[in-house]
Amino acid sequence: MHEMGVAMQIIEIAQASIPADMAGARVARVNLKVGKLSAIVADSLRFCFEVVARETPLEGAELHIEEVPVQARCNACRHEWTIDQPAFACTACESGDITLLSGRELDIESLELAEEDA
Amino acid sequence: MLLDGINRIKALHHKDGHDHHHPHAGDAPVETRASGTREIKVVRRVLDANEIMAKANRQLFADQKIFVLNLMSSPGSGKTTTLEKTLRHLMQDFRCAVIVGDICTTQDADRLAASGAPVVQINTDEFGGDCHLAAHVIEKALSGLDLDDLDILIVENIGNLVCPAEFDIGEDKRAVILSVTEGEDKPLKYPLMFRECDAALLNKIDLLPYLEDFDVKLAADNIRQIHPGMPVFETSAKTEEGFGPWLDWLRSSAKEKLG
Repeated sequence: MHEMGVAMQIIEIAQASIPADMAGARVARVNLKVGKLSAIVADSLRFCFEVVARETPLEGAELHIEEVPVQARCNACRHEWTIDQPAFACTACESGDITLLSGRELDIESLELAEEDA
Repeated sequence: MLLDGINRIKALHHKDGHDHHHPHAGDAPVETRASGTREIKVVRRVLDANEIMAKANRQLFADQKIFVLNLMSSPGSGKTTTLEKTLRHLMQDFRCAVIVGDICTTQDADRLAASGAPVVQINTDEFGGDCHLAAHVIEKALSGLDLDDLDILIVENIGNLVCPAEFDIGEDKRAVILSVTEGEDKPLKYPLMFRECDAALLNKIDLLPYLEDFDVKLAADNIRQIHPGMPVFETSAKTEEGFGPWLDWLRSSAKEKLG
């Protein structure tokens, strides 16, 4: 539900990331990593991004979303596994004392700028 | 915006347009892609700005010795009633205040003000009708409170089991309320919320005699399946049944911080 706010942050961070001597360059693609546990609906985010990107260097840019699986490590037996169901106990020893190694990401990895002189 | 990210960004580029990898020594790599685009590494959390603000709030609460609870739930689960009754007990021992978020209306704030605790109402309408309270909204609301005269601050978040879980506001503890009319499956459907909280209330247990199908044990098991070991308090905000363990948890959590 807060995809609009997230889209606005993406535009802001992306714009600030365009190097000064490439000001005016058009962004062709934004590469985003989204953990499966994060409260983001990819389609909704793409829609918001398209709207918010208008009249910015990101207008028309593709929002590429890489989904990151939820990886966990058991603090009791050190077992590591991928959580793909809503159950957060160790699949080896059933301990509930676990650390999530990934799955909460909402990160901008990189931008791809269109070469103006290409 | 809250931060100027430019100096935190490992953004690099080079001007040759050849189609190859060409990392600079000591710098982040820039890749010129086959499609004639140039890749600039950014590597930043989208919610960075919120996390920085939340950290500042947390520092302020530490300096002022204020215990902060972030109370979350879906709409209509009994957050405001729970809070009204909770305040009545806590205010015997602690100086309390409330920040209450609502997309519109001041109804909740009016009800809570009757407790005698200072109440700051946030209508997220002003902030774009948001579905959660973000750290900067809390920071803004704090100007309406006397922080020198405060032990416990309770933030009643926007009714929503999804978004508030994603936004740190600088709180010490998070609690989620699930009411028995919502169904036992909700923890499994909203895992992030139940994962992120420190305690859960299973509220409206006074209605259990009318809900043949609701299985209290299954609901609690589902919560613990998402968050093993999390305390689950079975409560009725209406009758205050089961309030003892919830208040004990809250008091001991607060005392841990306040000393």
